[in-house]
Amino acid sequence: MALESQDIVRRSATTTRPPQARRAVAPVAKLIDTSKCIGCKACQVACMEWNDLRDEIGTCTGFYENPHDLTPSSWTLMRFTEHETDDGDLEWLIRKDGCMHCADPGCLKACPAPGAIVQYANGIVDFDSEHCIGCGYCITGCPFNIPRISEVDRKAYKCTLCSDRVAVGREPACVKACPTGALVFGTKEDMLKHAAERVADLKSRGFDNAGVYDPEGVGGTHVLYVLHHADRADLYSGLPQNPRISPLVGLWKGITKPLGLAGMLLAAVAGFLHYLRVGPNEVSDEDERAAARAMEEETRNA
Amino acid sequence: MTNHWVDIKNADLVLIMGGNAAEAHPCGFKWVTEAKARNGAKLIVVDPRFTRSASVADVYAPIRAGTDIAFLGGVIRYLLENDRVQREYVAHYTDATFIVKEAFAFREGLYSGYDAERRTYDRSSWDYEIGEDGYVRTDPTLQHPRCVLNLLKAHYARYTPEMVERICGTPRERFLEVCELIASTATPTRAMTIMYALGWTQHSIGSQMIRCGAMLQLLLGNIGVSGGGMNALRGHSNIQGLTDLGLLSDLLPGYLTLPREEEQRYADYVAARTQRPLRPNQLSYWRYFPRFFVSLQKAWWGDAARADNDWAYDYLPKLDRLYDMLQTYELMHQGRMNGYLAQGFNPLAAAPNKAKMTEALSKLKFLVIMDPLVTETSEFWRNFGEHNDVDPSQIQTEVFRLPTSCFAEEDGALVNSGRWLQWHWKGAEPPGEARTDIEIMAGIFTRLRRLYEMEGGAFPDPILNLTWPYANPERPSPEEIAKEYNGRALADVTDDADPTRVIRRAGEQVSGFGELRDDGTTACGCWIYAGCWTEVGNQMARRDNSDPTGIGQTLSWGWSWPANRRVLYNRASCDSQGRPFNPARRLIEWNGTRWVGADTPDFPLGEDPAGGMGPFIMNPEGVARLFARAGLADGPFPEHYEPFETPLGYNPLHPEERRAVSNPAARVFEADRLAFGDAERFPHVATTYRLTEHFHFWTKHVRLNAIIQPEQFVEIGEALAKELGIAPGDRVHVVSNRGRITAVAVVTKRIRPLNVDGRTVHTVGIPIHWGFTGVAKPGFLANTLTPFVGDANVQTPEFKAFLVRVEKA
Amino acid sequence: MPEPERRLMLERYSANVRTNHWIVAALFVLAALSGLALFHPALYWLAALFGGGPWTRILHPIMGVLMTVAFVLLAGAVFRDNLMDARDWEWLRRVGHVLRNREEELPAVGRYNAGQKLLFFVLVVALAGLLLSGIVIWRRYFSGLFPLEAVRVASLAHAFLAWVLIVAIIVHVYAAIWVKGSLQAMIRGRVSAGWAYKHHRAWFRERLRHAADSRARPD
Repeated sequence: MALESQDIVRRSATTTRPPQARRAVAPVAKLIDTSKCIGCKACQVACMEWNDLRDEIGTCTGFYENPHDLTPSSWTLMRFTEHETDDGDLEWLIRKDGCMHCADPGCLKACPAPGAIVQYANGIVDFDSEHCIGCGYCITGCPFNIPRISEVDRKAYKCTLCSDRVAVGREPACVKACPTGALVFGTKEDMLKHAAERVADLKSRGFDNAGVYDPEGVGGTHVLYVLHHADRADLYSGLPQNPRISPLVGLWKGITKPLGLAGMLLAAVAGFLHYLRVGPNEVSDEDERAAARAMEEETRNA
Repeated sequence: MTNHWVDIKNADLVLIMGGNAAEAHPCGFKWVTEAKARNGAKLIVVDPRFTRSASVADVYAPIRAGTDIAFLGGVIRYLLENDRVQREYVAHYTDATFIVKEAFAFREGLYSGYDAERRTYDRSSWDYEIGEDGYVRTDPTLQHPRCVLNLLKAHYARYTPEMVERICGTPRERFLEVCELIASTATPTRAMTIMYALGWTQHSIGSQMIRCGAMLQLLLGNIGVSGGGMNALRGHSNIQGLTDLGLLSDLLPGYLTLPREEEQRYADYVAARTQRPLRPNQLSYWRYFPRFFVSLQKAWWGDAARADNDWAYDYLPKLDRLYDMLQTYELMHQGRMNGYLAQGFNPLAAAPNKAKMTEALSKLKFLVIMDPLVTETSEFWRNFGEHNDVDPSQIQTEVFRLPTSCFAEEDGALVNSGRWLQWHWKGAEPPGEARTDIEIMAGIFTRLRRLYEMEGGAFPDPILNLTWPYANPERPSPEEIAKEYNGRALADVTDDADPTRVIRRAGEQVSGFGELRDDGTTACGCWIYAGCWTEVGNQMARRDNSDPTGIGQTLSWGWSWPANRRVLYNRASCDSQGRPFNPARRLIEWNGTRWVGADTPDFPLGEDPAGGMGPFIMNPEGVARLFARAGLADGPFPEHYEPFETPLGYNPLHPEERRAVSNPAARVFEADRLAFGDAERFPHVATTYRLTEHFHFWTKHVRLNAIIQPEQFVEIGEALAKELGIAPGDRVHVVSNRGRITAVAVVTKRIRPLNVDGRTVHTVGIPIHWGFTGVAKPGFLANTLTPFVGDANVQTPEFKAFLVRVEKA
Repeated sequence: MPEPERRLMLERYSANVRTNHWIVAALFVLAALSGLALFHPALYWLAALFGGGPWTRILHPIMGVLMTVAFVLLAGAVFRDNLMDARDWEWLRRVGHVLRNREEELPAVGRYNAGQKLLFFVLVVALAGLLLSGIVIWRRYFSGLFPLEAVRVASLAHAFLAWVLIVAIIVHVYAAIWVKGSLQAMIRGRVSAGWAYKHHRAWFRERLRHAADSRARPD
């Protein structure tokens, strides 16, 4: 953390600017080429190995996904979809799921704990678990349904894009382990160039809608996909076609917050001014006497 | 592999058939993705299941398990009918023009010379016609009706697209699409590589499937060229080294063969293997057989191997039959084999018909297991509930477990599929009492030798005289053994052409098998490894990956047998004048005086192409064989035979001939024949395979692997699941005539029912990785189900096509 | 001011109601402060009052639920007196006079004026909403049971309702400061006759009638 502390460009629940001096850092990206991926899960194993994670030994529920979902101990997961094309051919669409490292991260926006989620100058969105309070707002904020809260320590976990490795000039562990070159890591600029070549190759093979997944709705991502069917991202185990931070979250965490605070303050100030200008509403002796009279009257009547 | 892993990137077309490289060889598969991404290559996958390889393929063709010869034969017919062959290559580099004996015949699925009683062939008619000059008669005009090409045409004329569809269930249009793609590589500048593995070997016609692929490649001119070849993907790290070093029951190191019982005389043995050229000016490299054999005997028995005792020829056992795995367990089952040493092997899990295996192991007096892990075999006598329901009180076998180190806990070389020997250094010390296999074997040997010394025996000489020159006899080092394989001069070695010129001093390591001699002046433990550890040092430890021509020929990385040659038969990458067929991917070429290039030429370096020497120098013909002669037990041309458990019950190619339904030359033990099931009771075709998440029966002991694939399952298609009312995640029984397993059902679109000769055939996929030891969820050994029958030539069991019945549990 | 011994006092809140009120009030303060800590970074320092962020996250929903339970009891006790009637609407129309301390211009007020009644219903609605939305965003036990979109709706609703509640309570607290004698009513339970006469004359008269009726009752 100390090494990277000057690379933070955005920090959750923080209203002042984080260190800005080191801005010459190039944004990085991990490119996931679904057309090269064979679903071998080496990335899952590498992730567990490097990050010292061990999930439970589960069961087979009738599908290839194991574990069955992302968990606090499984930060990446191969998801498999069997898709029948219109002409009756089969496609086995395999997607490595995990944090997309959005340029505009919904998790960070939603997080109420200062510094629990940070974004580095290279684009990596990282959870600083020490500051995490376990509220789960990051889950609410994430357009990709990625963070998971541990049942043990109630902290949120997700892929770090191996920020520790990247900080010292190495590629993420999953990329290192990928046997087919489906995972590539470098500057985002280079990755987009490489992706464009891959898309051209796919188009030459008849995938007319091949494309790069770098969704604008979240400001682009630092994890990119090459998809055979960029027009049907949902085919890939429900990858959102046009992800963006939910407007509800925007409303929840946006300008409404300072306005709300101001409203509360205004209410208090209004009371103070009212007291100052109009004054207290006091019971006068006259009122007491009138009340006494009324009571006597009542007694007499009785 | 004729080629090597990296070379796959040079392919223009990749055919994965009889294998699932993405699943079982994910690291090597990177070269397929490289070929696709950088070379614009197309990938074809032919498989009963839509596999992980198929998921990244350009074309996927479904096929019924065990019918690959019908498919490949259909492709051969397509190439011949449409004249889509590499003509120059076929004319000059194959035996297409050779004339076959008149007595050779093929009728109703049977070749001439069949003996139904003994299920074998008299193969004497399966040969070329020899002319008066002592050479094979040829017809360069290809008009002779008995020239190999015309016989080939006639043989595969029956394999029409309609027939392919009837047998394989492959839709005709898809089959023709594949044919057209394959045919596109008949041009000299396009290459197809074939990648196969146990999906071809594990059939009763496995050798012929592979041969059929090789013939296809010869017709296309794809052997010996960069980006081409027949590429066997070896299933274990160093299984290539296992066969290289002669661990198969009938082999000696370097693919020399053990003598047969009738070869009691050394002269007969050598004469049968020292092949004279069958055509003028051919090299016929096996003419040097005595050099390799004598050097081996000198390596093993040193001074006890002398010219006057035929180099200790009598020390070698003479085979009365093949002692393959199935034969061994049959003998064990009959109670005729009483002790068994399983080294790095888990036969209860790896051999067919677990029930038979349990009975066989139960009859042993002792069983020694050398393994780093607790294996199913070491625990075969223990009750693990339904997964191993045995009664230990009824099993008297004494089991010894000798814990060994793992590969990462010892130095040494591994040989990869591409024949590269790569030295590695241990990463950790073995735990606890574990010792290396070498140390354990050395300990057994020295104690045995002491017993022979003290007590004598029927024939102690081979044991007492065995060379054991290691500094510490109890612990030979990997370096000492590697040097021994490489070989050294025992006396000064002189040039063949100039006997006054000493080319290797006594005591020095030889630099290659060209320096070996048959006069007892050299010793070499494995002639094909000569050159791996020379006077320069350990060539296997080299780590220079420079690739001057950019086609992946990194000749300074590790060392490849033979002679650091990376692409076998690379002379065939050039035309008759020695010019590369494909100038963009030059392996070697004739520069007017010598053969030079990016690879070690597979040819005499100074041999002028004008001399007409053929590129297949190991063959006495000098060319490759489309006609196998007597080389295979079940016929010179591959013919489709049904698996022994066939869903059809007949062979559509010759439905009337009952003897030719399944491989007529395959060995079947009587009890095992009775244990075959029929399609009436077992209507579903099963095939077993690996998953990428696991390695065999090892990684179920590893938590990481168990996490990503924890529990046993079988894969069934949606149609069959619907028929049987099975939902994903339900438990199902899979039953064969030999046993039953229970597993979770993975219901998938990736297995579709096939229409085979008018009937619907469902395929059931059975991953093998589970058992009753390890940290993954306990499961059943898949080989509970499999039939006990093997390929007619090498006896690899038929794990890839057999009959079962799926039931909802 | 009249001399204390000469003052006539009326009982306005029983000891139980007062206790209940202050339990609600205390829990509100805790829930509000902990909630505000998570509401905006500027107030995150409030988390320190609860032992840091994680404790704030742990305690907040518990305090919220307890407050709601206490509030249900309180609301049950005063519910009938908070039903609106025709006079209340008239009162609301003349709320300007209220702010200018000119109660003589208003219709006679019962036990609660329309402002108090409105506040009551705002509290009922806000707390019910906070409880329901709070359950949906209570990650520890419940959020996993709901679709993400529901959690998002609930998050927004919770923040909004909390804001409404806090503003309402600010008004409530100021009213207690502004209208002298009110605080005493909730502390000691009694108000002076004059206070009742001035602010809740209808209630005052009703109390008189009530007292007379009980005196007139034959022993």
